[in-house]
Amino acid sequence: MARFLLKRLALALVTLVLVSVLVFAVAQVLPGNVGRNVLGGFATPAAVAQLNHQLGVDRPLWTQYWSWVSNFAQGNLGTSLEYRVPVWSLLQASLVNSLKLAAVAFVLVVPLSIIGGVFAALRRGRLADRVITLTGLSLTAIPEFVSAIVLILVFGLALRVLPVDATAPPGAGFLTQVKYLLLPAAALTLVLFGYIARMARAGTIEALDSDYTRTAYLKGLRTHTVIRRHVLRNSLLPTIAVIATQMGYLIGGLVVIEKLFNYNGIGQRIYTAAQNKDFTMLQSSVLVIAIVYLTASLIADLIYSLLNPRIRYGGTS
Amino acid sequence: MSAFAVTATAARRRSARRETLRALISSKTFVVGAAIVGWWVFCALFASVIEPHDPLTQSADVLAPPSLHHLMGTDQLGRDVFSRWLGGARSILEIAPAATLLAVVAGTTLGLLTGYLRGAVDDIVSRLSEALLALPMIVIAVVTVVALGHSTLTLVVVVGVLFTPIVARTVRAAVLSERERDYVPAARLRGERAGYVMFAEILPNVTAPIVVEATVRLGYAIFTVAGLTFLGFGVQDPSPDWALQISDNYTLLAAGNYWWTVLFPALAIASLVIAINLIADGISQVTER
Repeated sequence: MARFLLKRLALALVTLVLVSVLVFAVAQVLPGNVGRNVLGGFATPAAVAQLNHQLGVDRPLWTQYWSWVSNFAQGNLGTSLEYRVPVWSLLQASLVNSLKLAAVAFVLVVPLSIIGGVFAALRRGRLADRVITLTGLSLTAIPEFVSAIVLILVFGLALRVLPVDATAPPGAGFLTQVKYLLLPAAALTLVLFGYIARMARAGTIEALDSDYTRTAYLKGLRTHTVIRRHVLRNSLLPTIAVIATQMGYLIGGLVVIEKLFNYNGIGQRIYTAAQNKDFTMLQSSVLVIAIVYLTASLIADLIYSLLNPRIRYGGTS
Repeated sequence: MSAFAVTATAARRRSARRETLRALISSKTFVVGAAIVGWWVFCALFASVIEPHDPLTQSADVLAPPSLHHLMGTDQLGRDVFSRWLGGARSILEIAPAATLLAVVAGTTLGLLTGYLRGAVDDIVSRLSEALLALPMIVIAVVTVVALGHSTLTLVVVVGVLFTPIVARTVRAAVLSERERDYVPAARLRGERAGYVMFAEILPNVTAPIVVEATVRLGYAIFTVAGLTFLGFGVQDPSPDWALQISDNYTLLAAGNYWWTVLFPALAIASLVIAINLIADGISQVTER
């Protein structure tokens, strides 16, 4: 198991290095002279050159990349070009906000979609299965801002049961904060439901069709014992893997949802940074997102290997 | 291969295609999906004929609720929402299919190369696409569109390039199982070149997964382009694009319940992506049989 996890860790590190090169390359293509963008059209060429020198953007690309990455590794994410303050001081609060929103979405979507998928599998081929499968498939395809708009119109404006603003008043308690996050989290949940439910359904069907399930039934175990002890244990493994891959989407969905609900999260930061061409902010926030995503995948690998006896007892994947 | 064998193969393929088509027509999900997509394609082509008002003309009649004169009301600039709803199909139906086509052509080529040749090329491409997929699609798209500047062409290229590794992964998996079949070593022993084996022998046998993948990707292309447009990095004003209508009008919801300005374009996007997914579902059920 240690070998399996070490291998995954090494692969994640390689991916992270490639991602940082990719992000840096794209951020460097951002058009325009950095000093000119910051100072505006009326600044003298000398002032622009001086600011460029001060920011270090007149150095060779390789040097700039190295200083960015090595500083990043030491926790120095650079200085925002727009706000002229350390990136981390702005990003920290946003990251916490985003994690809150993602956590609410996660807590909603995982049990709902697993129950939905398993239920569909147990009713395979019948109306309930068809409805769950087709609804999931359709919801997955609808852009999150579209379903969010419908949710706002229904729950926020027509029924007036949920606040349409995602930001709770300052000093609000835990439950109030959750209440404010329900609508944006529900929009993210709708997109993810289909994927996870489909995986849970497929895994459950495979387990239901297996020899060990038939044996369990034939030895006279009751249905719910068979399902709990034999079917679910096997069917949920691929589901965990899919939940991990969807973390990437969840973070991307935050960009759109946070803009829609005007919520100060990391997605909103990336959006504003992209709009204002604040490229130090942009490249560092994108790298932070990549790290969050890769960490989530590693945690999923860890859970997967703890639950899967084939890996737990020393086999390789 | 003799001329006779070639015509026989062609005839067999044609009859297989006819059979697939018949199966598709009898699939309810496919027919419903195709009808909805057909309606929006019709709107994209003939919107200028059927629109009751000009979708770009502004009037003093701002934010009027739906009425007989304005079936879906008017937006904050007094433009007729119904006309914009009909005309909004065009931009997305130009950009998303073009991006999908780019991704399918590039991804198929890449998938054939990596799946058939394996080795170092395969390893490098897999690593690179894994790095690309480790970032949320919309984030890379936003960053690249900002770097390259707004234009329809940029949108097509960015979405097309981002989807290429995903298509390549599907094609590669199909090629990997296909290259173990007898006809591949047979062609190689005949002395065919790698290019011929890949494109003339393997490609015709992996079209089914490619068609399914292409339909699914089309749905996601719409998803991504609409998301980019909503964020302000996609289709630009004054286009009647649906996502742009939502983006322009949703901030008004805080001031009053002007639901008609956002609900109708939202339903339009939803119906289009659901229809494309129904088509994809229909095709995959027919081809997997």
